[in-house]
Amino acid sequence: MSGINPGNVLTEAEGAEPAVPPPVSGGKAKPSWRSLNFGARFWIAIGIIAAISALAFFGSALYPYSPDEKVGGLYDSPSAEHILGTDNFGHDVLAVLMAATRNSLLLGLQAGILATLIGVLIGILAGYTGGWLEELLMGFTNIVLAIPAIIILILISISLQSTNIEFLKGFTGLALVIGITAWPWTARAVRAQASSVATREHIDVAKLSGARTPSILLTDVLPYLASYVVMAFVLQVASAILAESTLSLLGLGPSGTQSLGIQLHWALAFQAVASGSWWAFLPPTIVLTLISFGFLFLQSSLDEVFNPRLRRGKKKNLAKAAARRAEAAKKLAEQATTTEVPA
Amino acid sequence: MGLRRYLTSKALWYLGALVVAVVLNFLLPRLIPGNPVDVIVSNLSQGANISSEQQAKIYAQFVEEFGLNQPLWQQFVTYVTSALQGDLGTSFSSYPTKVTALVGQALPWTLALQIPAIIIGWVIGNIVGAIAAYKGGGWDRSVFTTSLFLSSMPYYCLSILLLYVFAVVFGWFPVGGAYSLGMSPEWSWEFFWDAQSYFWLPFASLVLINVGGQAVGMRSMAIYELGSDYVNYSRGLGIGDAKMTRYIFGNAMLPQVTGLALSIGTMVGGALITELVFNYPGMGSLLFNAISSNDYPIIQAVTLLITVAVLVANFAVEIVYGLIDPRIRAAKSGE
Repeated sequence: MSGINPGNVLTEAEGAEPAVPPPVSGGKAKPSWRSLNFGARFWIAIGIIAAISALAFFGSALYPYSPDEKVGGLYDSPSAEHILGTDNFGHDVLAVLMAATRNSLLLGLQAGILATLIGVLIGILAGYTGGWLEELLMGFTNIVLAIPAIIILILISISLQSTNIEFLKGFTGLALVIGITAWPWTARAVRAQASSVATREHIDVAKLSGARTPSILLTDVLPYLASYVVMAFVLQVASAILAESTLSLLGLGPSGTQSLGIQLHWALAFQAVASGSWWAFLPPTIVLTLISFGFLFLQSSLDEVFNPRLRRGKKKNLAKAAARRAEAAKKLAEQATTTEVPA
Repeated sequence: MGLRRYLTSKALWYLGALVVAVVLNFLLPRLIPGNPVDVIVSNLSQGANISSEQQAKIYAQFVEEFGLNQPLWQQFVTYVTSALQGDLGTSFSSYPTKVTALVGQALPWTLALQIPAIIIGWVIGNIVGAIAAYKGGGWDRSVFTTSLFLSSMPYYCLSILLLYVFAVVFGWFPVGGAYSLGMSPEWSWEFFWDAQSYFWLPFASLVLINVGGQAVGMRSMAIYELGSDYVNYSRGLGIGDAKMTRYIFGNAMLPQVTGLALSIGTMVGGALITELVFNYPGMGSLLFNAISSNDYPIIQAVTLLITVAVLVANFAVEIVYGLIDPRIRAAKSGE
């Protein structure tokens, strides 16, 4: 810790992009999304998520074994026929893994959409309108936020298990419950942003021109929050997948189906770790970690795209920029000399 | 806002949350269609070998305990008053045993595991994150990526990996449990020495993830501070590094304290599953066994206790925040 390097701080300003790109004028200009500076992190995250989605959606369609098919005994070692061996039921682990990944991703998507919708709705209403409605909504949000979500999830899913309503018993019910319990922090983040947007001049203009509140919220406030909403959504999907696997690990998941948490639940229940049957528990563990890491990495890379203050100047980029400037200077000098010679 | 007003408003909020939590804890299990006692007793008799005489006894006991013939509000009053008197009901699966006795056996293990893990993880995480922000460059990038990876890892995934690698493959630590088979919990060096060898793996998996989460947060807070105007100005004035670091990290610390309050709930929830992976005899394992045997009073007691503990911990952190935030102190002296 020998000294604060001012270079780090100063270069942060370089390459800063406005959060809302300026409107494109003229045919030759780059489309506005191209001016967003996606870093390497973004592409790594996208790569991880794409690979896992491919495994989940194409893999399970192409793989010859079904996840419900008994193809071997208890924890058969991996072989040429069953690349990842069999689990405690004698099912092919890879087939189960692919079906489980698909179900977990779909559930995460459903719950993430629901939680983001509720969170944005409550946050934007509270932040924009202010007054007693804000106090009420945020009071409610803070109370829900203080109670650990996992506890509510445990209590509701126990009730869900013994309902007679088929629709609520499966993944849809679980997605619904996770979505309903996960919105509060999104609402809090959105409210903070919405209340700052609400004080800007263009809102006054919209009000003066007679726009009604719903239309102001939709067309004048929401676009300014888009980046936060996208980031919140990414996090919501990841945390919904983790919430599902936590519940399923506890034995509260839907029965008769596959998910990453259910797969781990059976592996733990049948002593896969202690007996060293790594093929039964490592694949779901690794996939869960990759999903969670991929989404979190995506969120943090998006944060750096939208929020230039978090971006650090990279020495490599600085060197590149210097090289570019040198090149341009050289060209300019050459131009000058070539135009000078004939004259 | 003065310190007193700050504390009063916080206390009111947490009281509100507590009331909502208790109501939910009471109400949600009662949303099960049909008589819960019917469901529970029929589930019980399916799995265990309980004689019909015993079953009838249990049934009568529960109808009376739940007060099912009373209106809902009266049931709620009974529930709250008996909970306040420290009576959390009787376990279904190990019948005459009181829930409080079972919880009393499990709670010390959980406390011994979680409180040090949360505090040590928080302290180390903040130091690591601050250093990463301060040094920048390759240090920052590697620390940030590692921390992000650790913090994004579900607790139980790291637990499973650690358990497999260090206990099963290398055999450095025992595979699951909290003490050796012949031992029973007692205050003796022998038992303590035996138990500590079982302690390190679950402890390490909790600490590592907490370090990751806190380091990520601290790093971005410190980077924000490093780029702010007062830092540039003070640097222009020639204020020494040691003093500057104190200012910067003092400012970056405050949101981290609030962050701790927000993350305690997640930490406790994650730690429950860690216990499950390591077969550690704490609240998580108690909850898991209760869920698999439909032991309703235990589930309710565990969820209630965890909620209350998390709320109390959050409130304690908020009090600390009020004490260390100079803005709240300044407002107090200005009044």
